[in-house]
Amino acid sequence: MDISWGRLPIQGPSHSIEGDWRFQALPELDVGESVLPYGRGRSYGDSCVNSDGKHLSTRRLNRFISFDQDTGFLECEAGITLAEILDLVVPRGWLLPVLPGTRFVTLGGAIANDVHGKNHHVAGSFGCHLASLEVLRSDGSRMLCTQEENPEMFAATIGGLGLTGLITKAGVQLRKISSGMLSTQNVPFTSIEHFAELSRESMDWDYSVAWVDTTATGANTGRGIFSRAKHIVGSSDLGFSSKKRRLSVPFVPPFSLINNWTVARFNQLYYWHKSRNIEATEQHFQPFFFPLDSISGWNRVYGKRGFYQYQCVVPVEGGRAAIERLMGEIRHSGQGSFLTVLKVFGDRVSPGLLSFPRPGFTLAVDFPNRGESTHRLFERLDSIVRDVGGALYPAKDARMSPEMFSTGYPQLKRFTEQVDPRFSSTFWRRMQL
Amino acid sequence: MNSGQRVLVFGASSAICSELLKLLASSEGYFYLVARDSFKLAVQVADLEVRGGTIAGHESYDFNQWELHEAVVGRAVESLGQIDIVIIAHGSLPDQSDCESSPAAMRACIEDNFTSAAMIIQCCAGALAVQGSGTLLALSSVAGDRGRKSNYAYGSAKSGIDALMQGLRARFTGSSVEIVNIKPGMIETPMTAHMPSGALWSTPEAIAPQLLRAIEKGGGVYYVPGYWRFIMLIIRSLPNAIMARLPI
Repeated sequence: MDISWGRLPIQGPSHSIEGDWRFQALPELDVGESVLPYGRGRSYGDSCVNSDGKHLSTRRLNRFISFDQDTGFLECEAGITLAEILDLVVPRGWLLPVLPGTRFVTLGGAIANDVHGKNHHVAGSFGCHLASLEVLRSDGSRMLCTQEENPEMFAATIGGLGLTGLITKAGVQLRKISSGMLSTQNVPFTSIEHFAELSRESMDWDYSVAWVDTTATGANTGRGIFSRAKHIVGSSDLGFSSKKRRLSVPFVPPFSLINNWTVARFNQLYYWHKSRNIEATEQHFQPFFFPLDSISGWNRVYGKRGFYQYQCVVPVEGGRAAIERLMGEIRHSGQGSFLTVLKVFGDRVSPGLLSFPRPGFTLAVDFPNRGESTHRLFERLDSIVRDVGGALYPAKDARMSPEMFSTGYPQLKRFTEQVDPRFSSTFWRRMQL
Repeated sequence: MNSGQRVLVFGASSAICSELLKLLASSEGYFYLVARDSFKLAVQVADLEVRGGTIAGHESYDFNQWELHEAVVGRAVESLGQIDIVIIAHGSLPDQSDCESSPAAMRACIEDNFTSAAMIIQCCAGALAVQGSGTLLALSSVAGDRGRKSNYAYGSAKSGIDALMQGLRARFTGSSVEIVNIKPGMIETPMTAHMPSGALWSTPEAIAPQLLRAIEKGGGVYYVPGYWRFIMLIIRSLPNAIMARLPI
């Protein structure tokens, strides 16, 4: 199994241990050895990896604790996947309040990265809907955390990259739905300005996200497809199963199948296909929220060297110009991929000390790992992001500098005070100045 | 699988069993859960209730207290009304060298994996015989197919279960009682956590649907995953001279 989603050459831990029952103590550690909770390895870089220590796998901490079908309050262990939660709650008329781009992450991972979804402009981040969590610390203590009880540990653990201790369980408030169907619409746009306008006028849509063509040049520069969706009221189709058979990429090609030529062709086709069909259509939420989950192991198409995802957020002020500059750099480098996503984050404040979502624009771009030239491009992108006071997303990162991290996360010092002394990660050590 | 199956479970918190129970719970099963550890059992009870199962009753006790089995099965029959499925899934994997040097370890191995399971199986088979129907599923192991130097203590106990299940199948031939003998290969569970995983390993999640299908199909011997049937065919046919030299 890949140690993290980008399949980059990152050293795994010497061994992995399993957490079996939530009431048990943490497994014994050797003197000076550190541990990191490990869910499904869906972080892209090294924030879910602990090369010098142990991984504590949470895959068996996957039990439900309670579910109130009338109020939609769900409590479960942290190793359960969002897919498993959806399998239970959707047929009963409930939905997770925030869903990231894949359902194969654990609840603990969703908390530890304070994930966001296509409804951030109205719902905020995952942590906004979290009522409680329990942290098991290496000194053996258990801290039940809510906004009132142990609030500092609560804020540190949301988005805390697994560094504050093992999240054993959490309680989350679900959202009522009458059907799993969405009314979706694709609107082509021709510039980032046009995109910003569409975002503003789509504030009353439940979900919105845009795909941008990073390869288009000349008159087509800045073109993309803005997708928005609303829950359908009145329909009552609650059928759902996350266990459908999926297509898969069965092997790792020796080189990346994603190159300038394939990306440009793909982008042209995708734009052409989507812009022909702008009528509102009915669609199940599954392909809308998780388009890539239908192909198991899609991360293999980037070949043996793996890939990076660069995801940044830039504030509203100066943000549009910054996005245009970022897009220009990427186009100029000829390295962009077809998975380029642009979204406006809303004003709802993320509750975590290290939460990534904040008001502004977020851009996520996949890059095949081409070594030095990719790193040089990232440094140019970093300086644009830093100039406007933006930040990079640790869940996607494998290369940012400690300076970039500390400027993007002003609460870092407060967070560090809550870190468990025996918990660490490759990312965390890399961020120490 | 029909919904609303009435299920009696011994070893309800074992990893393989709990994945099977999840599937039965989502089709609204009724459960009488029995386990050795009351804390683990409580976690299991809550999980199955959330997933749509109904817990008719649950209790925990030391399975080596053989004189208690009959009363437990009696309470289960009373609570469930009728039993559609019995699952006997408890066990433990001892260290082979401990079993060679320590009589206490050898005795614990036989009691955990054979004596307690065999007595519970007999007791449940009796209950199914009285009602004239039902499926009895027990976990033996590929380890019971041939004694190997690396784990013959565990293998011998599981081999005993194997013989017991064969006999029960013969006893119930022609009746509506089905005897399902599951032989798991190498499965990643807390019981095998100390062993290095590899290509032939599977997970409880992956094999649980196969167990469900075995219950649907009825009496027989089921290797899970299925390729273990072929692996064990080869292992069983190896001459002793070769077997003794293999590092397995």
